[in-house]
Amino acid sequence: MTPENRAAYWRANLRLVAGCMLVWFVCSYGFGILMVEQLDRIRLGGFRLGFWFAQQGSIYIFVALIFFYAWRMNRLDRKYDVHEE
Amino acid sequence: MSLQTLTYLVVGSSFALYIGIAVWSRAHNTGDFYIAGKGVSPLANGMATAADWMSAASFISMAGLIAFLGYDGSVYLMGWTGGYVLLALFLAPYLRKFGKFTVPEFIAERYYSRTARIVAVICLIFVSFTYVAGQMRGVGIVFSRFLEVEVTVGLVIGMGVVFVYAVLGGMKGITYTQVAQYCVLIFAYTVPAIFIAIQITGNAIPQFAFGSEVTGTGVGLLEKLDDIVMSLGFNQYTSGTKSRIDVFCITLALMVGTAGLPHVIVRFFTVPKVRDARTSAGYALLFIAILYTTAPAVGAMARFNLVNTMQPGPVGAADGNLLYDDRPDWFNTWEQTGLLRFEDRNSDGRIQYYDDSNPEFSPTAAAYGWQGNELSVDRDIIVLANPEIGGLPDWVIALVAAGGIAAALSTAAGLLLVISAAVSHDLIKGIFVPGISEKNELRAGRVAAAVAILIAGYLGFDPPGWVAQVVAFAFGLAAASLFPAILLGIFFKRANKQGAIAGMLAGLLFTYGYIEYFKGLFLKWAGAPWGDNVAEAWLFGISPEGIGVIGMLLNFFIAIVVSFSTAPPPDRIQHMVEHIRVPRAL
Repeated sequence: MTPENRAAYWRANLRLVAGCMLVWFVCSYGFGILMVEQLDRIRLGGFRLGFWFAQQGSIYIFVALIFFYAWRMNRLDRKYDVHEE
Repeated sequence: MSLQTLTYLVVGSSFALYIGIAVWSRAHNTGDFYIAGKGVSPLANGMATAADWMSAASFISMAGLIAFLGYDGSVYLMGWTGGYVLLALFLAPYLRKFGKFTVPEFIAERYYSRTARIVAVICLIFVSFTYVAGQMRGVGIVFSRFLEVEVTVGLVIGMGVVFVYAVLGGMKGITYTQVAQYCVLIFAYTVPAIFIAIQITGNAIPQFAFGSEVTGTGVGLLEKLDDIVMSLGFNQYTSGTKSRIDVFCITLALMVGTAGLPHVIVRFFTVPKVRDARTSAGYALLFIAILYTTAPAVGAMARFNLVNTMQPGPVGAADGNLLYDDRPDWFNTWEQTGLLRFEDRNSDGRIQYYDDSNPEFSPTAAAYGWQGNELSVDRDIIVLANPEIGGLPDWVIALVAAGGIAAALSTAAGLLLVISAAVSHDLIKGIFVPGISEKNELRAGRVAAAVAILIAGYLGFDPPGWVAQVVAFAFGLAAASLFPAILLGIFFKRANKQGAIAGMLAGLLFTYGYIEYFKGLFLKWAGAPWGDNVAEAWLFGISPEGIGVIGMLLNFFIAIVVSFSTAPPPDRIQHMVEHIRVPRAL
């Protein structure tokens, strides 16, 4: 593996991580804490939306995020031919 | 069969199961003892991680905390789950690629320094003992209530069981025991939640029931709960009272702390491949989320049940409150443990449960003829009393006892193992006796585990606060000490030994000092806490629970500044960082 290739792999990894971190931040700190009052005016079934994000929604999104990251990273490993046997 | 006998039977068979598994999967070499021979499947590791990490605080205390805090309790929900995202994206795959036995070992090699290793061991021992004190108190609570033995006896029995399977089985034994413990604890947690959800709303899934209508009223559970708690002077359930910066910092400290906890990190050393470490983190969070999305439903339903039991009639009416003589059976049993107390302040023979610390409500309360809140409820009993409050069958109550013990024991075992590995592998083999034979190292590991159990048991007699709060401090300490050092080690090639050591020490000392100053932790005998624990006195309005965030920033800042002002790490270290960044060997 060439150093350029390795650097490109690492940059692609960092881009993916940055995207995931943005979603992570917005769904928990954004929707659940910073914007909770605005979102609480919207209702989701019997829940106020901000409260729902803080106590339910953020957790579902965290789970989905890790599986998404794992799936994309495995693809990236193959693309750059650094995957394990 | 009496409840007592049934509980002994269920808890006893769970113990037999754990010990059986430990004998079957006992460790034969140091690889087995420290990292289960790197042969654990990602799914099994996910389950073991979930049990390892969901402690007495998650099982016993969290729903109770949420029941009384309402929205403010969200810090625990988001904080103790969001950290797995950080773990999966920033640490787990790289540390697995590094492929050694312990967290201080990574610090030692990455920062080419025995001093860094010792500092990391100190951080690890500090964090883990703070955490284990909370577990032991959890074991004591469960034993004293359900098995009706002295807390001391309960502690000794719990220590004995952990001793057998942690010392004998090492990481390998612990892993498979934890898989069994996860099954016990998740079953014990969700079954009562489902029963109660059906009773209150007719919806069997707690996650949905919590947003459904209360049967026969046409009003949503949360709206009804908001109304009734506010009519008793309490804060609205679905909105918070903590300042936004504090909520933000506590959540972040818990998240980063989760990712920095050595006993969680080391679980990802046990899977065969880098990609297994990634998926395994996903499975771990999935299994954790089952409990964590149920907990807020349990909290809201428990609060609803509690308030309605004490206030069956209209608020303010002379006969609106429950007569003490009519109190239900569960009230009686929990009163005997002292965790639930009634004091008839206005001598009317009825139980007034309201917020007497709310100055705006006191004129109303006075007009009702109430002379102060008469009921004090220890938050830790909410989950344990839930099946009795809901009138569920005896086998469910016995199961909850077994679940609580499983949660506390699985976490205690994981913590004790990282402590013993830090002593036998990092201190003895890494520093003092490098030439030690494998057989002797294994023996040293077992002795260290045994000593750690004794110290943990001792800490369990005099724990410094609620289970969940004690544990929250461990997270703050982990966030401020280990997490930044590991993260910089992987993502910042220029980080060197001077930076890492200075950063870890600054983060640990600052955070520990702040917590000791406001809350008192280990120095109670010397007069701690010294400061008034009020928002006005806090730095930037951040409570001791959230201060780990400032400790972490301090650690990052000092590590980066010191690294840039001293010599860069040698080439071989930079090469090692390149090596851990890609899954396949270079």
